[in-house]
Amino acid sequence: MGSRRRDIPEINAGSMADIAFLLLVFFLVTTTMDIPTGLQVALPPISEEPPEDSKQKKREVLEVLVNAADQLLVEGSPLTIDRLQQKTIDHLTNEGKDPTLSTTSTAAIVSLKNDRGTSYDMYVQVYNELTAAYNRVRNDYSMQEYGKSYKDLDPQRDKDKIKAVKKKYPRKLSEAEPVSIGGE
Amino acid sequence: MAKFKKDGGRPTPAINTSALPDIVFMLLFFFMVATKMRDKEMKVKTQLPTATEVEKLEKKSRLHYIFVGPPLNAEFGTSPRVQLDDAFATVDDIQQYITLKNGEKDEKEVPFMTTSLKADKTVKMGIITDIKQELRQVNALKLSYTASKEVKD
Repeated sequence: MGSRRRDIPEINAGSMADIAFLLLVFFLVTTTMDIPTGLQVALPPISEEPPEDSKQKKREVLEVLVNAADQLLVEGSPLTIDRLQQKTIDHLTNEGKDPTLSTTSTAAIVSLKNDRGTSYDMYVQVYNELTAAYNRVRNDYSMQEYGKSYKDLDPQRDKDKIKAVKKKYPRKLSEAEPVSIGGE
Repeated sequence: MAKFKKDGGRPTPAINTSALPDIVFMLLFFFMVATKMRDKEMKVKTQLPTATEVEKLEKKSRLHYIFVGPPLNAEFGTSPRVQLDDAFATVDDIQQYITLKNGEKDEKEVPFMTTSLKADKTVKMGIITDIKQELRQVNALKLSYTASKEVKD
């Protein structure tokens, strides 16, 4: 039997998917999922008083110099960048063994000095190696003491442990006030 | 008695695709939410250095951006320039910029503001040092040398 009233025809939703796909592809392409990452630095606050570390014993300080030609000078002798990390680790974990390096890890200082003509790339690499050295010694210490790497320590539960590791290996990375020798 | 249809057997029913738009829309919304449109027009080239010890930065709302690099448009020369927001600036503008941006924020958030320094690999440290000094002047002591994660091979 035929209905008198015409049925409303079903709306064809087949192409809805096409439209949605089109939009989806647009957003897929425009999305940049990059999470900003970087080397974290805490700058020292400006103080009028002259720094008091002039009495600092020379052996506690690991002097790292980078010149305008991107060459490294560590403790007065040239060094390649790939050996900087090991050298820093040696300095931090020396504990008085080598008379030229630090006496204790808590007193050890790394001093970084760069020229105004040093390239940013080189500077970041050097900074990266020094940071890596600190991270390594902290990790090793934490592993040895707590059987857990420093990164895996929970900031809430292992607060004391983190404090202890930081106390053992304080991050004393000092940067000298800028100088210009080689020109830009 | 069984009576066979001419075409034999039942025709395969059409697959119901009415839920397909729902799925696609779900994906679409995910990407719409996750997308952050590039809000700054880059005027300087910033090819980031790579590093292994990079850390993820906190919330994007807690970042100031400073771009340093040679201008993309050669008309502006090839020596590195500073870019703040959408415009070229000088190192001397940084103090004012940071103070202004901090003023827009909640007072409690200000100590947590990090400056993300996006500088080109080729830039010399002179200008970077100047920027660091400026940042110290305004007590913006949290700095991040933005670098991409080095892939170990």
